[in-house]
Amino acid sequence: MESIFSLKVTPLWIILILATAVSWEFGHGFGFGSHHNYATVAVVLIAFIKVRFVFLDFMELRAAPLPLRLAFESWAVLVGGTIIGLYWPGS
Amino acid sequence: MAASTDAPPGARTHLPGEPGVWVFILGDMLMFAAFFVVFVYYRRQDVPLFVHSQSTLNQHFGAINTLLMLTSSWFVALAIHSARAHVAKLCSRFFVLAFLCGLGFVVIKFFEYREKIHAGIMLTTNDFYMYYYMFTGLHLMHVLIGMGVLTYLTSIARGGDFQAKNLNVLESGASFWHMVDILWIVLFALLYLMK
Repeated sequence: MESIFSLKVTPLWIILILATAVSWEFGHGFGFGSHHNYATVAVVLIAFIKVRFVFLDFMELRAAPLPLRLAFESWAVLVGGTIIGLYWPGS
Repeated sequence: MAASTDAPPGARTHLPGEPGVWVFILGDMLMFAAFFVVFVYYRRQDVPLFVHSQSTLNQHFGAINTLLMLTSSWFVALAIHSARAHVAKLCSRFFVLAFLCGLGFVVIKFFEYREKIHAGIMLTTNDFYMYYYMFTGLHLMHVLIGMGVLTYLTSIARGGDFQAKNLNVLESGASFWHMVDILWIVLFALLYLMK
């Protein structure tokens, strides 16, 4: 068996951890000053990008039959898009 | 299309696990999608209340639990790779590590709920906390069920039989656990970080 460090899921795990740290900073206003609404949109976008990569590489949907992959990718786009759409006017 | 579980070389597509499990996962995710949308919709009706209530959450607990969920998903992915390589010992160890991350999540959730209840914050305190308890409680049930699934997968891995049928079961259980991880990624963003 390959070393765990040579498997694609290991760099992905590191990226997911780093993305969590970045969204934590955005969640505390980092980089956007008082523009918390931009920071929140960044937090939601990062969350759904993380979700997409968990779909593709942990759940192995990258190699799954196309309709299944599309169903899950559509879930991420529609749910993420709806959350941002509902959040923005009221923020 | 290759419907087998052992990702044959050259196969163009591979469905990990049972088709029925994917239908269940999609159904569960549609239910949580409705929860997420309902939460953001009602948040819009009273932003100050939601922002103030959120500020009383212990964000460190939420962040640590996110790291535990992501790490457990990584261990499960490594367990599946080990199963395909027919390395039983490594496979079962990765499932045990994933289980321990799940256990850590449950312990932290216990302390988080205890902190809130001691502060007099209950399900009925306000709308934010109603959603907080309902969504995190339902997710916690998924974590507990997932830990049961991981225990079963560990016993299969210890058996060392990684023929197609068992591999199919391992992949199905792994997919369920990844879904539990995904739901928490979104819950963490909405409940703990959205300002």
